[in-house]
Amino acid sequence: MAFEGLTERLQKTFNNLRRKGKVTEADLRDTMREIRLALLEADVNFQVVKKFVKTVRDQAVGTDILDGLNPAQQIVKLVNDELVKTMGSTDAPLNKSDKIPTIIMMAGLQGAGKTTTTGKLALKLKNEQHARPLLVAADVYRPAAVDQLVQVGERIDVPVYQEGTDANPVDIVRRGLAQAAENKNDYVFIDTAGRLQIDEKLMQELSDIKSLAHPDEILLVVDAMTGQNAVNTAEGFNNQLDITGVVLTKLDGDTRGGAALSIRAVTGKPIKFVGQGEKMEDLDVFHPDRMASRILGMGDMLTLIEKTQRDFDQKQAEEMNQKIRENTFDFNDFVDQLNQVQNMGPMEDIMKMIPGMANNPALQNVNMDPKDMEHMKAVVYSMTPQEREDPDILNPSRRRRIAAGAGRPVVEVNRMIKQFNQMKKMMNQVSKGNFNGLDGMLGKGVSGRLSKMAMNSMVRRNKKNKKKRMKKNKKK
Amino acid sequence: MPWFRRKKKEPFEEPKTVEPDINQSNNNETVPADTNSVSPEQNLKVEQPKEDVPPTATVDEDNAEKYNRGLEKSRQSFGKRLTDLFVNFNGVDDDFYDDLEETLIEADVGFETALQISEEVREEVESSRASDPKVISQLIVDKLVALYTRNGRAEDNHLVFAKEGPSVFLFVGVNGVGKTTSIGKLAARFKARGRRVLLAACDTFRAGAIEQLQEWGKRDGVDVVAGKAQSDPAAVAFEAVKKAREEGYDLVLIDTAGRLQNKVNLMKELDKIKRVIEREIPHAPQETLLVLDSTTGQNALTQAKAFLETTDVTGIILTKLDGTAKGGIVLPIRNQLHLSVKYVGLGETVEDLSPFNPEQYVNGLFKDLISNRIEG
Repeated sequence: MAFEGLTERLQKTFNNLRRKGKVTEADLRDTMREIRLALLEADVNFQVVKKFVKTVRDQAVGTDILDGLNPAQQIVKLVNDELVKTMGSTDAPLNKSDKIPTIIMMAGLQGAGKTTTTGKLALKLKNEQHARPLLVAADVYRPAAVDQLVQVGERIDVPVYQEGTDANPVDIVRRGLAQAAENKNDYVFIDTAGRLQIDEKLMQELSDIKSLAHPDEILLVVDAMTGQNAVNTAEGFNNQLDITGVVLTKLDGDTRGGAALSIRAVTGKPIKFVGQGEKMEDLDVFHPDRMASRILGMGDMLTLIEKTQRDFDQKQAEEMNQKIRENTFDFNDFVDQLNQVQNMGPMEDIMKMIPGMANNPALQNVNMDPKDMEHMKAVVYSMTPQEREDPDILNPSRRRRIAAGAGRPVVEVNRMIKQFNQMKKMMNQVSKGNFNGLDGMLGKGVSGRLSKMAMNSMVRRNKKNKKKRMKKNKKK
Repeated sequence: MPWFRRKKKEPFEEPKTVEPDINQSNNNETVPADTNSVSPEQNLKVEQPKEDVPPTATVDEDNAEKYNRGLEKSRQSFGKRLTDLFVNFNGVDDDFYDDLEETLIEADVGFETALQISEEVREEVESSRASDPKVISQLIVDKLVALYTRNGRAEDNHLVFAKEGPSVFLFVGVNGVGKTTSIGKLAARFKARGRRVLLAACDTFRAGAIEQLQEWGKRDGVDVVAGKAQSDPAAVAFEAVKKAREEGYDLVLIDTAGRLQNKVNLMKELDKIKRVIEREIPHAPQETLLVLDSTTGQNALTQAKAFLETTDVTGIILTKLDGTAKGGIVLPIRNQLHLSVKYVGLGETVEDLSPFNPEQYVNGLFKDLISNRIEG
């Protein structure tokens, strides 16, 4: 793949620096170039990149970064902080009207995912706030767009107001609102047709709908895969409609999603939600920090760095060591870890998040079957609680039973137990602060150190979950 | 070459003006994008070719017109940026190449290709010792055209049909790129040429997708094979192919559900559909067309790679080129994967799907510069 994480890129630059032992102005120029290219590869708009890099550069100069002990880490952190800052450091909840209904209008280019997002958002409100939304089908242009919304409505059990395709969208909205008032719906979603921001006639139609409905929220739906053009789209819609927020869709793909930064930078409007999956439940609140990591292509590393920095506390560290020395990595932890990993996203991305793996050429372009992890979990779930806590008792007979229970071949169970034991050994070693033999895997130099920090943090997180679990078990 | 020479006739008497003016004189729509060209533009409107061209227009001319219209926005922004680049131009230095790189990147051409072009330009400029902005702009255009035609004529834009029996075209792509719409447009096109077309609604997943294709079938007056929502898409494909063989259809267009290229299981499903088709009709599908949204950025390359791997994509349909997006990613795609664009979507109506002509595309995209080149 053409993309490599910024960490890796900076690594190369800094390896040169380390050899020289001195950082010059020209080196800083190279560093900034790497950052610029990393952002461009992530599809951040070039104008935005330029401004962004300048800001970072000024800061880098201002903070005496050249004398720092660990410049790579500092610069990455600087870039990340600036990214998060640009994308908005606070949550942006949905605007809500004082009296019902709250009117939400969806707009965007063709194929951005407006109708799907409408359904997802309506379902989210329904589940979280027991809302009674009404969906208004105002896309009369694309064939079967109304059918699509009607079917989405059926799937999530939300009423849809539609008049087929012969009526004027503005009239449809007017009558839809009337029906919402009659039925006391507390949310009204207006699903509009996809259009180009340069299509004056259709943009005027949106303005008309806006001045009729006075929406509390105008959400611009944007495909996360959008390239440099994201700026034009966002500006076009924002100028015409003064949007109140953005929804980024199709983030479950492997795009870097630089469009998020571009849009935020040119419109200043918050990204409120992200769509990341085919299911109706797959709509999440936007997390600027996660997006920043994604754009930089460095997975969760930054969160880990920060956590390590923040959490580091001698006493706590001792306590942790004490507990880990008891050697309690069991199958419960294993499943917990699998779950954590699965919650992070597609497998290939996660592989890169695992410290040290981003630099491992053998692991590039791996396609892991998402079902593999489910199979592993199934095997663990087929064990008795006793077996899970004390893996040593797993004799062949038990293994056969587990295999039958999980519906997997015995070889697979054996292989998994072997993997588990390796992992256990490693965790044990790491917890004692012994990285001997692991150095190769984690990478050398700065990245190695970062990886170690990340590893420690991971161990700590596991520990915390385990504590919680034990408490829960005790209560039972 | 013949294409823009023909277009050149009309604005021949024009005084030499800056590029954006010429560009607008050739377009039937007036778009006030360039502020310094208001008056010449109005003058030139009188001698617009639009009025007298259509009655005698050949298909080729029509297409050129469509490209003109469709790419107008793209061209304006990109051409303008290049022009800006040369206005600020004073001497060739490192910054200049940086700027050139960025300009190309902004057209979504991608970092590597931009670097490659910029390097080649640098070499050429240095060896030719050119310093005139006009000469350098020529070099850039040459490079782009060369890049697109470099890989020979083998990868042209002709669709492959079966020698006998029905031909099958499979449409794949990520969500929301315009697969169903492209099928609707293509079906109308082939029907108009007297082929018996059958559509297969294998997108059984997305809400309303089956109805969408059926609606297209109704509009185009072609038959549609559809199963129940959420049913096995491969089964629908099987039904369609079988029906086509038994009832003597010439062409089957198979619509599939949009899927992101990193979803292993969904990609496997596509593979299954393909296997089913192949089992029914050997050597089918004759074409597997990847539909790409021209607004997509660098991810399009990843998409092309992934779909090429699972389904042996044979060509690309580039949609939504009527917006402000430039679709520059097709350059590296063709360069690296040897996949060429076969059709482009240039608007909302049925006729707005045209066979791709690289020369027209590149020329259309950089028309300002080319006109400039001829005059200069």
